[in-house]
Order: sequence, then C-alpha cells, then structure tokens
Amino acid sequence: MKAWSILAIALACCTAAVAQGTRQAPDQTRLDYRLQPRQIAADTWVIEGAVADFLPANGCNIINTAFIATGDGVVVVNTGPSRLYGEQQRRAIAAVTPQPVRMVLNLNLHPDYFFGNQAWGGVATQALAGSIAGMRAEGGGYADNLYRLCGDWMKGTEPTPAREALEPKAFTLGTHRLELRRLQGHTQDDLVLLDATSGVLFAGGLVFAERVPTTPHAHFAQWLQSLATLEQWRQQGQFKLLVPSHGPVDRGLQGIAQTRDWLQWLTALLEGSAPQGVDLSELLHTPIPSRFASWAAQPAELQRSLVQWYPAYERRALTRPPQ
Amino acid sequence: MANRRNVLLTGLWGMVALPSQATEDPTGGDPLGSMQWPDLRKTYLGNAQARFTDKVLVRAPAFADDALNVPLQIDARALQAQGGGIARMIVIADRNPIREVLTFEPLRALPLLAFRIRLEQASPIRCLVQTHDGQWHAGGVMVQAAGGGCTVPGVTRADGSWSQTLNQVQARFFTNLADASRRLRLQVMHPMDTGLVAGIPAFYIEQLELRDAGDQPWWRLALHEPVSENPLITLEMPAQGPREFRLVGQDNNGNRIDAGVRA
Repeated sequence: MKAWSILAIALACCTAAVAQGTRQAPDQTRLDYRLQPRQIAADTWVIEGAVADFLPANGCNIINTAFIATGDGVVVVNTGPSRLYGEQQRRAIAAVTPQPVRMVLNLNLHPDYFFGNQAWGGVATQALAGSIAGMRAEGGGYADNLYRLCGDWMKGTEPTPAREALEPKAFTLGTHRLELRRLQGHTQDDLVLLDATSGVLFAGGLVFAERVPTTPHAHFAQWLQSLATLEQWRQQGQFKLLVPSHGPVDRGLQGIAQTRDWLQWLTALLEGSAPQGVDLSELLHTPIPSRFASWAAQPAELQRSLVQWYPAYERRALTRPPQ
Repeated sequence: MANRRNVLLTGLWGMVALPSQATEDPTGGDPLGSMQWPDLRKTYLGNAQARFTDKVLVRAPAFADDALNVPLQIDARALQAQGGGIARMIVIADRNPIREVLTFEPLRALPLLAFRIRLEQASPIRCLVQTHDGQWHAGGVMVQAAGGGCTVPGVTRADGSWSQTLNQVQARFFTNLADASRRLRLQVMHPMDTGLVAGIPAFYIEQLELRDAGDQPWWRLALHEPVSENPLITLEMPAQGPREFRLVGQDNNGNRIDAGVRA
C-alpha cells in the first residue's frame, strides 16, 4: 500500500532545525552537506546530521553516520539520504584515513540509512536480509517522498538497496573486535554494531536522543524489549558510548531511557484514548508532557505516529462490547 | 480625430472610475485565499452570501500524512442558539476532483461530527453551515498533503476483502466526552470507491440515518466519494433519549444498510 511508504517518510512541516554545536549548516546553493567527521573514540568518527525533520534547509541530512578505521580497512555505518551524501561521505572519510573501505553497513531499511549506497559501488554494501527486502519493496516510495521534500539535494539519486545479506556474527578486523547483532522493534530487522574494542555501540533506529522517534515500521512491544536488552548490555559494561542514528551523539546513552519513555507514553495514549471514544482528529491535539517539549521533529512526528497507529485501536474499541 | 481622442479618454476614465473592477478580489473575499471559492459559493449557495466566521470550526492536521484517511472534525456548536439552530452542514474540499464530501443534518444531534476523507492534493477544507433562518456561515482550514488519496484503491479494494464485510455496522456509545452528551461512534464497512481508479466505478454510501423505535430520525448524512473507506463517524447525541436505534441507509448501487444500535 502506497500510504505505508508515504507514512514512512511523508515528512513536511515546520520544525526548525535545532542548532547543533559545531555542525555547520549545509550550503544549499552548492549542494554541499559540509560533512565534518568528529572523532568520538579510538579510530572512530561520527558525521552528525541535524536533529530535526527532513527539510531542504538541512539538506534532509538528519542521520548520524559513522566509520571505524580498524587498521585493516574501514567499516562504514549508514550512507545517508542521497547519492550526493554518499559521495561527500566517501570523500570525507578518505580525508581522514587512507585505509580502504572494507564494509558498508545499512542498519535498517529506512531511506537515510541506505540512499547513499549509490556512491559506494565497488564496495560490499550489507544489511540484514529482511532490511534488503524492505529496501527493494519500498525504495521507490521513499524516493518519491524524499524528492518531494528535499528537492535538489536528491538529484540523481536512485534507491540502491544493500547488495549482500548478512547474518549476525562476531569478527575481528584490524585491531577491532566487532559484533553484528539483530534486534527488533523500530523495524522488523534492526542491526546494531558493537565495537567491543572501543566500547562503542551503533544502535541504529532503536535509540533516538532528544528527538521524537519515528514509528512507520514499529512493533512497540518488541522495541521496548530491545531497549531493555540494550540497557542490560550497557549495565554489563559491553559499551560505554552509544551512537543513535538520530539525535546528538553525546546524548546517545540517555537516548535509551528517552526512547523508552516516549514509547511508553505513546502506547498508553493510544490504548487509553480509544476505549473512551476519543476520535483521531481530537487525539492529534493532545498536549505533550513538558519533559518532551524540547525534542525535535514536533508536532509532525507524533501526528504521523497517531495517524498511522490509532485507527487500529479505534476499531478494537468499537468491536469490544461496552463495559 | 477629436472624437476619437474623446472616446479614448472616456475609455480610460471609465477604467479609473470603476475601482471595484480594478481591485476585485478573485477569491471573492475567501479568508483561505482560494480561487475556487466564488465558483463553490455559486454551486452550493446559489445567490446567497456566506458569512465567514470562527463559529464554524474545521479541525484537521496541518499536514495530511495519510492522504487516504485525513481526520476531520466539524463543529458548529457556537451557532446552535442562532437563526433557529442548524439545518445542515456541507463539507467541501476545494481542490479534490470530487469536491463535495458530505452533508450533515444534525436534527436532534449536536452539530459536531468527526470522520475521515481522501485528499488528492493540498486543499482548503471548509464547512458551510445553514441555520434555519436560511443564513449561511462558513469556516475552514488549509490542509497540506502529498496527496494522491482519491486515485488509489483503498486497502479492502486492493486485496478484494471488501465483499466479505460490505455494509456491516459496528457502533458503540461513549459518555462524557463533550457537553455531557452521549457520543456515538460507528463504522460501516464499505470500499467507498471514488470512481477515479481505472476500472473501478464509483461505489459509495449515499445515505445514513439514525432512527428511533418510532421511526423518527435523529440525524441524517448524505455521503459522497471522498469519505474514506469503511467510514468511521463520530456524533454527539443528547444525554437524554432512547437507548434503541436503527441505522439505515444505502449505497449508490442500492445495497441497504440496516443495523440495530443500542446504547
């Protein structure tokens, strides 16, 4: 159904880009994302996106990508929202390290995780099998929406799904012990990368920091379960730094609790409103608790979640006999 | 020569002397700035004028994320004490290929109605309210949309399951949500085909009415193609009143809807 892909990224709206420390705003006339790798651990850099919704002014660059220069080649995490991003990302990485790129990972099926794959010809782009199937099925719909939302930034972008399916595994590359693990809930297949050597976890879309989580492919119970798993790993000391795909990297660890808090509030709102007979048009005007007020991508992201998920709750409330 | 110059001058003067022509507003004074408004007014109001007022509320999301299901609520409770009360409320989406969405006659219900529509592109959505004294009152909002909602098949049309549930009704009363009234939410299963998808003719519910045991109507709805698949409609009924009703209606193929609704 087309509406699904529309929901996945039908983004518009009015959220002002949140200014973010040292990040430079992209140059819209030269279509330069001004990607600036920032080192966060040994051999490890992130390229942070705007903490906002997709907007031409931020180049629709709202994702955090990353790379690890292992000593025996580079592992790249996510490729950004466009061909152009992938090309500029590739140059930005080459400016930091002369090591060849060995592996490009897309942590899930959403467009900003893989639309830069086009620029990574000649390198194995990899994702979980379920993510690749989703990229193939929904890539066209994503492209329609991103072209509409982002304009010129998308020039020449063709959805290019990851070429190789990967299985969860542990392996050593250069001086880094790496683990690919599969969790679920933000999407059906959420890949996370743990660098056991540096203690950095690349959590993908499971963790949002200071930004309202997106839910087009969410399974809320599984997502909460995955967040509990991440928290457990953190308490076991498996990682000490967490890179969320969206939100300031320095706030990544807090993102676990923030994402859980939001999902619990959202599901309680959905479950509690339907049995009272609240209509979707009324629910859209729900005031949000003040602890979420400063988060990015409002009110658009909440409205998208409600429009997508509330109708099923409404139907259930109608079929259930009155108490 | 002189004559000709005179004619020219007169012509020029004529233009200047008609300020109403020079400054004429092509939107007919529409606060939403829609060029379609003058034509819509003529179609639905004839020669009558409408008063734009914030006493007629249309609540909608600023952006329609799902163009097949855009949630709307229309509310004219602020006009209830005016002009003998509300006779009818007409909902129109200016830039839909089919502009007329529905007409609601509240009768004994409150002039407050929620439902969902399909939207083909960004459009003003307005509600025209006629009070019993014949006066028209208009309110509306602009809704942004990626669009396409009128020209793709709904879910149950796409998977063919609509025929197994056609015209089934689910309904339930809720209490204490607005004005100490009783809220009635009901859903009628129907594909509500717009006729704008190749090979699928228009197929939609035309009439819905709630009647009590004495066959008296409590409200009446005339629906059109833009109402979303499997219409889910929310109404407010007086807190006092009978507990047993029947929902009756029909679609444009003559299929009847007839279901008991119990408080």
